Amino acid sequence: MKSKVNIKTVSYYATLGILVIFFLMPAYMAVVTALKQPGDITLPTSWDLPATLNWASFSEAFAMLRPNLVNSFILTICATAGSTILGSLNGYVFSKWKFKGSEIIFTLFLFGMFIPYQVILIPLFQTLRAMNLYGGLPGLILAHIVYGLPITSLIFRNFYAQIPDSLIESARLDGAGFFSVYLKLVFPLSIPGFVVTSLWQFTQIWNEFLWAITLTRHSENPITVGLANLAGGQAVSWNLPMAGSIMAALPVLCIYIFLGRYFIRGLLAGSVKE
Amino acid sequence: MKKLFKMVAALTALCFLGIFQTAQAKDLTGELEIFSWWAGDEGPALEALIDVYKKEHPGVEVINATVTGGSGVNAKAVLKTRMLGGNPPDSFQVHAGQELIGTWVMADRMEDLTPLFEEQGWMSVFPEGLIKLIGTDKGIWSVPVNIHRSNVMWYIPSKLKEFGIEAPKTWDDFLKVAPMLKEKGIVPLALAQNWTANHLWESVALASLGAKKWDALWSGELAFDSPEGVAVWELFGKVLEYTNDDASSLSWQQATDMVVDGRAAFNVMGDWAAGYLSTTKGLAPGTGFGWEASPGTGGEFMFLADSFGLPKGVKNLDNAKAWLVTLGSKEGSDAFNPLKGSISARTDSDLSKYNDYAKSAAADFAKDTIVGSLAHGVTANEGFMNDFASVMEMFLKSKNAQMTAKAAQQIAVKNGIAK
Amino acid sequence: MREVSRDRIKAFLTLLPSIVLIGIFVYGFIGNTIWISLTDWGGVAALAEHPVKHFIGIQNYVDLFTGFLEGRFRQDMVNAVFYSVSLLAGAVGLGMFIAILLDRKPKGEDFLRTVFLYPMSLSFIVSGTIWRWMLAPQGGVNILPTYAGFKPLTFKWLSAKTTVLAFNWQNLLQIGLYLVAVITIIIGFIVYRNSRSKSVKWLAIGALSGLTAWIGGDMLPKALILEEIHGFNLATLGIIMATIWQYSGYTMALYLAGFNGISQDLHDAAMLDGASTSAYYTHIAIPMLKPITISAVIILSHISLKMFDLIFSMTGPDNAETGHPALNMYLTTFRANEFARGASIAIVLFLLAATFIIPYLITQYKQRRTR
Repeated sequence: MKSKVNIKTVSYYATLGILVIFFLMPAYMAVVTALKQPGDITLPTSWDLPATLNWASFSEAFAMLRPNLVNSFILTICATAGSTILGSLNGYVFSKWKFKGSEIIFTLFLFGMFIPYQVILIPLFQTLRAMNLYGGLPGLILAHIVYGLPITSLIFRNFYAQIPDSLIESARLDGAGFFSVYLKLVFPLSIPGFVVTSLWQFTQIWNEFLWAITLTRHSENPITVGLANLAGGQAVSWNLPMAGSIMAALPVLCIYIFLGRYFIRGLLAGSVKE
Repeated sequence: MKKLFKMVAALTALCFLGIFQTAQAKDLTGELEIFSWWAGDEGPALEALIDVYKKEHPGVEVINATVTGGSGVNAKAVLKTRMLGGNPPDSFQVHAGQELIGTWVMADRMEDLTPLFEEQGWMSVFPEGLIKLIGTDKGIWSVPVNIHRSNVMWYIPSKLKEFGIEAPKTWDDFLKVAPMLKEKGIVPLALAQNWTANHLWESVALASLGAKKWDALWSGELAFDSPEGVAVWELFGKVLEYTNDDASSLSWQQATDMVVDGRAAFNVMGDWAAGYLSTTKGLAPGTGFGWEASPGTGGEFMFLADSFGLPKGVKNLDNAKAWLVTLGSKEGSDAFNPLKGSISARTDSDLSKYNDYAKSAAADFAKDTIVGSLAHGVTANEGFMNDFASVMEMFLKSKNAQMTAKAAQQIAVKNGIAK
Repeated sequence: MREVSRDRIKAFLTLLPSIVLIGIFVYGFIGNTIWISLTDWGGVAALAEHPVKHFIGIQNYVDLFTGFLEGRFRQDMVNAVFYSVSLLAGAVGLGMFIAILLDRKPKGEDFLRTVFLYPMSLSFIVSGTIWRWMLAPQGGVNILPTYAGFKPLTFKWLSAKTTVLAFNWQNLLQIGLYLVAVITIIIGFIVYRNSRSKSVKWLAIGALSGLTAWIGGDMLPKALILEEIHGFNLATLGIIMATIWQYSGYTMALYLAGFNGISQDLHDAAMLDGASTSAYYTHIAIPMLKPITISAVIILSHISLKMFDLIFSMTGPDNAETGHPALNMYLTTFRANEFARGASIAIVLFLLAATFIIPYLITQYKQRRTR
């Protein structure tokens, strides 16, 4: 009996181990390549450890990416905050203040998720320029807020659907109005929802490339554009883009490491019951 | 408000100075936004050029807007979006020839630079054939900053000795030695992702057709589905049999690596490969790595050039014109090209600043027959180039020369090249 | 009562800015794109300051589906369908599997969860570049076995020319009918448990369309003059693998959250009733998490149909084997200057993507009726 359990446990952990290796392989490749000398980087030896550690890749890449990093932080934090707050208010209305046609409006919102970004590049550019928002971060922030609304509204709507209507009713009988119900009752309950949507939005916005490159002037370029510049050109020393990639991924990675537990709790709270 | 002021200032300046009178160098202030896809290893060359400009015009703040990635497609998307939105950069990089003319000149978005060429005396320093290719009957549209050669075959001399062969002079020679190499497990000709197939195709086509018929193809006098046109695809098919079958997942550098490592014998690539081989791989030109004109194209120089043009309606007209003057100047060109690994478009450049490969290329450029490259935008407009990528896919998949030649003719008609 | 109506106005006003923004940025832009797709904007002088556009009706769409030179678009569409289906199956399947493993609370659960979740934090440009190295034929995954003394693999992840499940685009109508037949018959059997009359209706539709396709055979109208073979290109496997790697962590998190949400009592009760672990998951836990599955499908499907950066950085712009309509649209618009043609591809893509939302809307609608 005991040995049977052991075999089961061993195979269980072996499966997990194989999965972990599969998931970590690309990370290993990136780190190893980043630490090599440019001349040593060839395909047949791509798994080998570097002969000498070349830490210079990181400082060099960091020097080139620093302004982009700052831009990315401003962009991502503002756009994430904007789209989650608006999304939360929308979700509140869609779930607790349904009016005639609100379901249809909600459905129409959802379709906004399905627009491929490159499709609306030209009208978006023209609109932002007409609003005098081309070139700087505010225009890009606005764009990300708008196209983040469908998904944040969806998540918050589902999240609030599980707050019993009776709770809202009783608060209103106590004389609370639209906003005070939101501030006193709904908002405090929705912290896990904020974690989920912020994490999602943060990841999406941090990693978006096409709009970033089209809608901002050179001095306002976010990190993805800087990264593409590292990897562009006709002859590339791959250690630099790899080092840059690792640095570009670090902020989001840290959030996942520290907030991963809350992310799952938030998902749990948000989407189990429709 | 600030913008309005700048616009008024620019307008007044325009009125006072007249369109093509160059301003006094010291007076220039404000900004200059130049748009290019040069970054990474080409970044330093552009920086050197900007330094020359800054020395002459210290009052101007240069914004170097680089958009890279995706084989230049991203840069095109950004540039086109900006132009359609009425926000052109002050000057932008574009391949000289039809890529510029077919897209921007036909749409009437560029300023004619003929007065600038005359004022700077460029009509006599740039080769006549080149000026013809960057202009139309209505004007000259861009200032070429460099010349690259497309039809070059690269190899490692010591490896060839090991294999017991010499660099082939014609494709027939190549097809003779290739089976032997293949038997030894060596890829005779290293190929990379699909644009390099177009690149190889133009070298093969030039060898098969010769310079005159190559030009006839683009003027519409020779049909793509003529017997000569079909023969190009047949020869190309034979050559492809001796390339690596994982080509489409390699970058051109990785294909070059195959030659360096001895996994492959030859590689046809533009002469930016010289920069990669000498700088990144640390090989000496001539001894560490060798080159020939690609088989059957000796005495022909298939060129491509980067150039900068002046869009209509730019914000900083004078600064932009001063930029073009720097680009075309001997000093600017000799600061840029040695770093970029290309040769100057000017016939009077100071060759002592260039490496051995560039010296040999410059000598060839002076004496060879000059033809334009397809893969890099000289001979055909962007519509044709985009469709040609599909035609190439068709051939790589079907290997049917007859059908591919017909499709090529169709896209030539569609894009206004053939009649 | 008055208070209530004032609150309702407040609610509407809260929503208003979002409605306006979505109205302009989503529907205004879609309208604009539809209009462009019905014109002939493109070719020489497409980039003039005031480009000339003529209305040409649905010609662009007709060309896309039947034009000789647009075979590439059709291959891309086929690729996109196979890609989306494989991604959905792969990411949902693997994510669920990992979630079941982690639900047993192994040692180091926090660490494991992070490992499975981290790919999601990467930009496609980053993951695309790394995976291109991983899947290079002469390096990466293929040479891994050599470290254990075996022969290297020779599979060409991103450049295989092999096509499976190939079909002739000419017979599109026939194939479509067969598909309809299969789907309606399956629905018929599913519905059978609830309502026999409905089931019979579905089955009848299925049988009818199947018969038409079978008997009609060669008599059915052809979509094209020439034979054109499309299918599932094995080169797409590499991209599918990379995308699954990146997104199965997300589905894992969703299911893990769901499993944690099922009360321990239910779990214990099931076990007491003698259910095996696998029976617990297949019969109790997973059916309970249907809403999660649906939201995962929505999110993943819109990602897969918008997929662009990853394919672009893995196989470059001109690789028909791994092409995708989103990529084709980008090249058609910005490289070939065929703005109208690009817009029509965009609209086809948008409609295709929007169909994935229909299952969600149906369940929503049903829930409201039962309430």
